[in-house]
Amino acid sequence: MLEAVANGLLTGAVYGLVALGLTLVYGVLHIINFAHGALLTMAMYAAWVCWAVFGLDPYVAILPLVPIFFAVGYAVQRFVIMPASQGDDNNILLVTLGLSIVLENAMLAIFRSDTLSVQVPYAMEVIEAGPMLLSFPRVVGFGVTLVVALVLFLVLTRTDTGRAMRAVAKERTGAALVGIDVRHVYAVTFAIGCACLAISACLLLPSFYVNPRVGNAFVLVAFTIVVLGGMGSVPGALLGGLFIGVVESLSGLYLGDSLGQLGIFVIFILVLLFRPTGLFGARA
Amino acid sequence: MLEVRDLVAGYGLTRVLEGVSLEVKAGEIVAVLGSNGAGKTTLNMTISGLVRPRSGEVLFEGQRITGLSPAQVMERGLIQVPEGRKIFPNLTVRENLELGSYRRARPNRARNLEKVFATFPRLRERVAQGAGTLSGGEQQMLAIGRGMMAEPRLLILDEPSLGLSPLLVEEMFTLIRRLHGEGLAIMLVEQNVAQSLDIADRAYVLEHGVFALSGPAATVRDDPELKRAYLGL
Repeated sequence: MLEAVANGLLTGAVYGLVALGLTLVYGVLHIINFAHGALLTMAMYAAWVCWAVFGLDPYVAILPLVPIFFAVGYAVQRFVIMPASQGDDNNILLVTLGLSIVLENAMLAIFRSDTLSVQVPYAMEVIEAGPMLLSFPRVVGFGVTLVVALVLFLVLTRTDTGRAMRAVAKERTGAALVGIDVRHVYAVTFAIGCACLAISACLLLPSFYVNPRVGNAFVLVAFTIVVLGGMGSVPGALLGGLFIGVVESLSGLYLGDSLGQLGIFVIFILVLLFRPTGLFGARA
Repeated sequence: MLEVRDLVAGYGLTRVLEGVSLEVKAGEIVAVLGSNGAGKTTLNMTISGLVRPRSGEVLFEGQRITGLSPAQVMERGLIQVPEGRKIFPNLTVRENLELGSYRRARPNRARNLEKVFATFPRLRERVAQGAGTLSGGEQQMLAIGRGMMAEPRLLILDEPSLGLSPLLVEEMFTLIRRLHGEGLAIMLVEQNVAQSLDIADRAYVLEHGVFALSGPAATVRDDPELKRAYLGL
């Protein structure tokens, strides 16, 4: 039981990291990014290629993949989503949906539909913590997520760029009038979301597999987390992620592995029924 | 300093400004008056680069700024304190002020922050508070303070007295006079006719997208046309 809670927390942290990018983009750009799952899949393939072609350990692959995905995210927002949507929110929705279809099928064409995975010596290793046995990749995932969350917190509160992101989130006109380039801030936000996905991908790969549709499974969970934590709330995404991880782990324990995800969607429906603004969401 | 020539602007199919021309010289307070919907805010938004004009041009210090982005306009020192304040409610008072120098006058941030606090001691007391929790008057102070952080050469104030109590309105006009006394050129866009004309050097009265009346503030005040343009009588 205790072990299930602990492992749930550890898994949940990485869920939270996936949700972080989604909630950040929603909070600042006010759009739901349907390409989030496809971008996660793309990042997982990128991490796989780093391992299979260049012999890079997935954890080491974080270093090159974060700047690469930051650049990809910036370019996608600035040169694909923004021009194609012409500022209309409904168009943005469709553009990100279209983008996800294009990306998924591109990956299907390149990598085929086979499931790929990496073989690393530590994949099955466990760490003994008192009476508990904790999976090594999950402990690493938890630790890295905490570091990323701390860095993100410092960026959002201590740097002008981070403050500009928060300013744009609530007051676009005011932001433009103090000289903030709103389109640049949008692209940077999207880029940070993609960089978070690159990290998530590298953390997931040692204990998970990759196929062209793998990202969707995580994003469905991430949507639940974003709604639970409150749309656009960064701490909400992290705490929501931890909570969902525990729910999944416990319902797996009591209902059996194949029904583990059932608990997540029960929570999702309960939140929508009783607290649609989420735990940390602003009241409408 | 600021020169607007035959500006035509609007949104979608609606034309709001039907060709307006105005001038603000260095060191002046110029009042732009007009009732709701006359086009005052559209004029400001067009000057600041948030609305693209259909035709006409805006010059600032002799250079054409029509078509520049809001960031490029404010970089030259043309700072607008918008209607409705448009402060960042989710940021603290200090963060709001510091973002005022996001693009301009950043090296002088600490010094200007002190200056703003000296002008508005109230903001110093609330420095760590969320801006959304401030009262209306305090939010207006914050909006003006945020504008001051960018070291304006010309300050556009859009309805600074809107929604304030009569006492605070009085205070606001005293403050505007004081800023002007420090040599700042001000374009004051207001519905509050009497008090604006009291402190302005010259005035323009906007009606249905054109200037119905303009001239020295004293002349405009005594013109019977003012009542007609303003009240639609």
